[in-house]
Amino acid sequence: MLSYILKRLAFAIPTLLIVITISFFLMRVAPGGPFDGERQLPPEIEANLEAVYHLDEPLPMQYLRYMNNLVHGDFGPSFKYKDFSVTELIMQGFPVSLEIGGLAIALALLIGLPLGVIAALKRNSAADYFVMSLALGGIAVPNFVIAPIMALVFGVLLGWLPAGGWNGGAWPNLVLPVVALSIQQIAYIARMMRASMIETLGSHFIRTARAKGLNEMQVVMRHALRPAMLPVVSYLGPAIAGIVTGSVVIEQIFGIPGIGRYFVQGALNRDYTLVMGTVVFYGALIVLMNLLVDLLYSVLDPQIRYDD
Amino acid sequence: MTSSTPTPYRGEHDGTPLPAGAPNPPSGPDRHTGESLGREAWRRLKQNRAAMLSLILMVILALVCFIGPYLLPWGLDEVDWNSFQTAPSMTDGHYAGTDANGRDLLVRTLFGGQVSLSVALMATFVSLLIGVIYGAVAGYVGGRTDNLMMRFVDIMYSLPFMFLVILLMVVFGRNIFLIYAAIGAVEWLDMARIVRGQTLALKRREFIEAAHALGVSGPTIVRRHLIPNTLGPVIIYVTLTVPKVILLESFLSFLGLGVQEPLTSWGVLISEGKDMMESAPWMLIVPSVFLAVTLFCLNFLGDGLRDALDPKTR
Amino acid sequence: MTLRRCRVLALLLSLAAGSGQAATLHVDNEGEPGSLDPQKSNNQWDARIQKALFDRLVDVAADGTLIPGLARSWDVSADGTVWTFHLRDARWSDGTPITAEDAVFSLRRLLTPATANRNANLYYAIHNARAVNLGKTPPESLGVDAVDESTLRVTLDHPSGYFLEAMAMAEAAPLPAHVITRGERWITPGNTVVSGAFTLGDWIPQSRLTLDRNPAFYAADTVALDKVVMYPLEDTNDAIRRFRSGRIDLSLAQVPSSRIDWLRTNMPEALQQGPWAGEYFYMFNVRKGPLADARVREALNLVVRRDIITDKILGTGMIPSTRFVPGAVSGQGDATMPGLDAPWPERLSKAKALMKDAGYSPAHPLRLTLRYNTNDDHRKVAVAVAAMWKPLGVETTLYNSEAAVHYAAIHAGQFDVARYGMIATVNDPFDFLGSMAQGGSAAESSGYTNAAFTEAVRESETLASPEARFDALTRAEQQLLDDHAVLPIYEYVASHLVSPRVHGFESNVMDEHPLRFLSITPPTSGE
Repeated sequence: MLSYILKRLAFAIPTLLIVITISFFLMRVAPGGPFDGERQLPPEIEANLEAVYHLDEPLPMQYLRYMNNLVHGDFGPSFKYKDFSVTELIMQGFPVSLEIGGLAIALALLIGLPLGVIAALKRNSAADYFVMSLALGGIAVPNFVIAPIMALVFGVLLGWLPAGGWNGGAWPNLVLPVVALSIQQIAYIARMMRASMIETLGSHFIRTARAKGLNEMQVVMRHALRPAMLPVVSYLGPAIAGIVTGSVVIEQIFGIPGIGRYFVQGALNRDYTLVMGTVVFYGALIVLMNLLVDLLYSVLDPQIRYDD
Repeated sequence: MTSSTPTPYRGEHDGTPLPAGAPNPPSGPDRHTGESLGREAWRRLKQNRAAMLSLILMVILALVCFIGPYLLPWGLDEVDWNSFQTAPSMTDGHYAGTDANGRDLLVRTLFGGQVSLSVALMATFVSLLIGVIYGAVAGYVGGRTDNLMMRFVDIMYSLPFMFLVILLMVVFGRNIFLIYAAIGAVEWLDMARIVRGQTLALKRREFIEAAHALGVSGPTIVRRHLIPNTLGPVIIYVTLTVPKVILLESFLSFLGLGVQEPLTSWGVLISEGKDMMESAPWMLIVPSVFLAVTLFCLNFLGDGLRDALDPKTR
Repeated sequence: MTLRRCRVLALLLSLAAGSGQAATLHVDNEGEPGSLDPQKSNNQWDARIQKALFDRLVDVAADGTLIPGLARSWDVSADGTVWTFHLRDARWSDGTPITAEDAVFSLRRLLTPATANRNANLYYAIHNARAVNLGKTPPESLGVDAVDESTLRVTLDHPSGYFLEAMAMAEAAPLPAHVITRGERWITPGNTVVSGAFTLGDWIPQSRLTLDRNPAFYAADTVALDKVVMYPLEDTNDAIRRFRSGRIDLSLAQVPSSRIDWLRTNMPEALQQGPWAGEYFYMFNVRKGPLADARVREALNLVVRRDIITDKILGTGMIPSTRFVPGAVSGQGDATMPGLDAPWPERLSKAKALMKDAGYSPAHPLRLTLRYNTNDDHRKVAVAVAAMWKPLGVETTLYNSEAAVHYAAIHAGQFDVARYGMIATVNDPFDFLGSMAQGGSAAESSGYTNAAFTEAVRESETLASPEARFDALTRAEQQLLDDHAVLPIYEYVASHLVSPRVHGFESNVMDEHPLRFLSITPPTSGE
C-alpha cells in the first residue's frame, strides 16, 4: 500500500508539469491580454508595462522564466493585485474558502446521506417522493438564484443574519454562504446515495444478512452503507477539490474573501500569474483528492486492490 | 462486513440467495443485454406511475418548446414597442410578460427551451459516451493503463476551462456543436471517475472472473458484463448532469461561445432574470419553472429507468 | 474650535460607552484595490483610497472642483508653460516635513518607465516627459524642479488645458521619498507614511480595508470621520442588500440599471443621481466596407431613437446623446450631430433615402456585426439598436464576448460596429477628442481620419486661453459629428446609494467623493 502511495505521489509531478505547461501556453495563445481595457493604452505605456512583466520576451523564454521561478517556490506577483504576491493571495484566501467549503460538505454529508438512505429504505413511498422532491429543489434552482434569495429574505427582510460579508469568519456570517453552497451538494449526495443504496440492498449478501435475523438498521449500518457509498465517494473526490477552492458565485454574492473569484476573475482580467497560481494549486488538490478516493475505495470495499 | 463477504452488485441469480463466495454463473449479467432487456425494461417502466407521468410531461414539454413558439403571435426578436418589461397579462397577448427590450417572454422561453433541451441531450450524451467507456476500460484493465488514463483525467480537471473555451472559439468559430463538445469535454470526467470506481469493485466479482476463465475476451466483458452493471449510478448521475450542463451553457454564453442574441436559453434567461427578482419577478419565475419541471420529470424518469433496468427489483 | 470640542466630547463618550461610538463610515468601494501605490494602479476604486492616503498639490472638493491641497496656491506664466506651486507647511504622518523635493521625486518616479504608470501620457506636456517615459533620457532631465523647500516649478513644452486636473490625480501626489528609497514594499498596514486625511489601518484583501483619521494631516480638524471601512463588493446587488440592512452607509459603485426603478420607488431618499463625464457610443470601423460610406453611417445614426433606449429600455436616467463629449464636461460647447432633431418620420425617410443612395435594398441588404462586451445593459442596447436598424433592411448579427476579447478585437480593428464607452480621466473635452485624433487610441481602432478634425485638436494644444482652446475643441467635435464617425447613444449618469445620515456627499461630473468632506450621524454597526 505504501509503495502504491509513493508511486502515485511520484506520478503527481509529471502530471502537474503537463498541467502547468498546457495551461501556460493555452492562456497565452488566447486572445485578449492583461492591458486590453476600455481605454486602449498609448503604445509607449503599453511597452513599459510589458517590459515590467517581461511580456516583451519570446513566449518560450517567458515559460522558462516562469518555470525557473516556480522551482524556487515563486509564483510571481499578481498582475491585478500588485501589492501582493500570488502566494500571499492564495494563502490569505484559501483558509476562508476551506472553512466555508468544508462546512458545506460536512453539512451536505450530514443531511444528504441519511436522506438518501431513508429514501432508499422507503422507496416509492410518500416519504421517498417527499425527500427526493426536496433534494431536487436543490438542483432545480441554481445557486446564483437561491443565494440572493436567501440573502434577501434572511439578511434584509427578516434581518436575522448579515446579508453578506466575512467579518473575520464570525458564525452569523457563515450561515448563509455555507447553506447556499451545500444545498446543491445535499441534492447530489442524497440522489446518488438513494440509488446506490437500493442497488446494494437488492444484492444477495444483504438478503443473507437479513436471513440471519439482523434488523433493517443493523443491515444498513453494518453491511450496506459502506459499499453503497462507493459512487458517492467517486463523485466527492473532485467535488471537494472544487468546493474547498471556493465558489465564485457564492463569494461574490456574499462578499467573501475566498479564492474562488481568482479562478474566474483572474482569467477574465488575464492576470496570468494569478491564473497559473490557481491552476497549480487546484491541480495539486485534484491529484491529492483522487489519490485519497482511490485509497478510500479499498477501505469501503476490501476487494479493490491496486497492483500491476 | 468482512472481506470474506463479497459485495455483489447486479448480475447474480435472481431467486434463492447463494451462499457467500459461491461461484456465480457467468450467464447472469447476460439478462441485461440483448432485445429482451429493452422490452422487459419498458414493461417495468410502464408500471412505474411517477416515471410514466414524468415521461409524458417531458414529451409534452418538448413538443411545446419546439412547436409552441410558432403558434404564438410574437416572433423571437420581435419588439412590442408598447410593452417594455410588462407583467404577464391575458389581455395584451404577452401571457408571460415581456423583457426589458419589449420581447415576448413566453416565446423566448420556449425558444430557449429548444436550445437548453438540445444542449442537455447532446452534451450529456457526449459525456455519457466518453465517460462510461473510458471509466470502464481504465477500471477493468487496471495497473499502468489505469494510472495513465486517470492522470489524464486529473490533467483535464486541472486545465483552466475558460481559456480552453476561448481558444476553441478562436479555432473553430462559434457554433452550437462546439457548445456540445465543450460541455461534453468537461462533464465526462466525473462520469469516468464514477464508472471506474464501480468497475474496480465489479471486476473482482465472481461472475466477471468466471467470464474471464471461460475465455470471454476483454472488450466483451467490458461491453456485456461491466458496463451494464454500472448503469444504476450512471443513470442517476446523468440526471444530475443535465442541470449542470444547462447552467454551464449560460456561462459559455457569457464568454461568447454559447447561444447569441436574439436566440436564448433557459440558463441565460434565468441569469438575466435573477437581478430582476424584486422588480420584474416574472423574468426569473417563467424560465425557472420550465427548468424545474424538466428536472423533476427527468429525475423521476431516471429513477424509474434505473429500477426498470435492475433485475432484482421485482 | 467648537468642532474640536465636540470631537473631544465624542471621544470621551465613546470611551465611556466602550466602542462603536466613533464616527465610522461603512463604504462599498466597488472592487478590491489593485494597489495602494498611487502610481501603480488607477482603477476608480484604487484612486479613492490612494487620494484619502495621499493628498495632492491640487485637491478636489466635495463638488468636484479643484481646490488648493498641499500647495496653498499656484501661478502660471502668461504663455501657460511655467507653473509654480507654493507648498503649505505640512507634514508626513511620521512627522517629516513635506517638501518640494517629495513632489519632484514623485513626478520623476511617475514617468520612469519601470513604474509603468498607465496615465503617464497625461503628463507628457511636461518638458522631456515623453522622452523620460520612453527611457530615452534620465528622470532627472524632467522639467520639474524644487526652487526651494516649499516651491515647485514645472516647465511644460506647450500649454496644457488639463494640467491642473492631472496634478489633482492620485498619481501626481507627492510621495514620501525618505520611505520609498528605503525599500520596495512601502505600502503595508503599519508601515505606510501618508500625507492625506487618513492613514491605512488594516487591510484584508477582498474583505475590507480600514482608514483611520490622520492626526498629522494639515486640515485634520476639518475631518469629521474617525474611521472609514471600505468593502470591495464586486456584486452590486450584495451592496444594495447590505445597504438595505444598514450594514453600509454609502455605495460608491454604480447602481445597476436593473435596480434603479425599484430603488426610485422604494428608497427615493437614498438614490443620488447626477451627470457624469462619460459617453456611451458605438464605434464604426470606417476603414473599409459599408461603414467607410458616410451615408450609411448617417442613416444608421438617424434611425436610432436614443430617448427610447434611455427612458423605456434602460430607465436609469441616462441622458440621450447626440454628441461625442458629454455636456457635463467643463468647456463643452454646442456641437451636435446634424439631423437628429428633425421629426421622426423625416429622419426615417431620410435614412431610407441615404441607404438607397448607398446601394442597399431589400434584395441587397446591409449585413453588419455588432460587437459588445457581455453585460445586461450592453445587451439590451444592442438588441434595441438592431431592432431600430431593421426598418432600413439592415441585418444585424449580435456578437458578445467577455471584455478582454472584446477590446482586443476592437484594438485590432476586427469589427464593423462595436460598443465603446469613455469615462473621462480628466474633466476636459480633450480627453474624449484627443483619442479620436490621429494617433489617438480610439482613432487607431476605428480608422477615422480627417485633417480638419486633427488640425483643430492639435491647435487646441497650443492655446493658452481657455476660451480659444474650448472653441477649437468644439470645432473639432462638430467635424467628427458631421462625419457621423461614431454613433453616440447616451451620456452617463452616476447613481449611488447614500444613506440620509451621510452628509457632505455631492453628485459631480467626475463622480469624485473625497472622504475627508463626508460625515455621518448617527453611526452604524457595520459588517
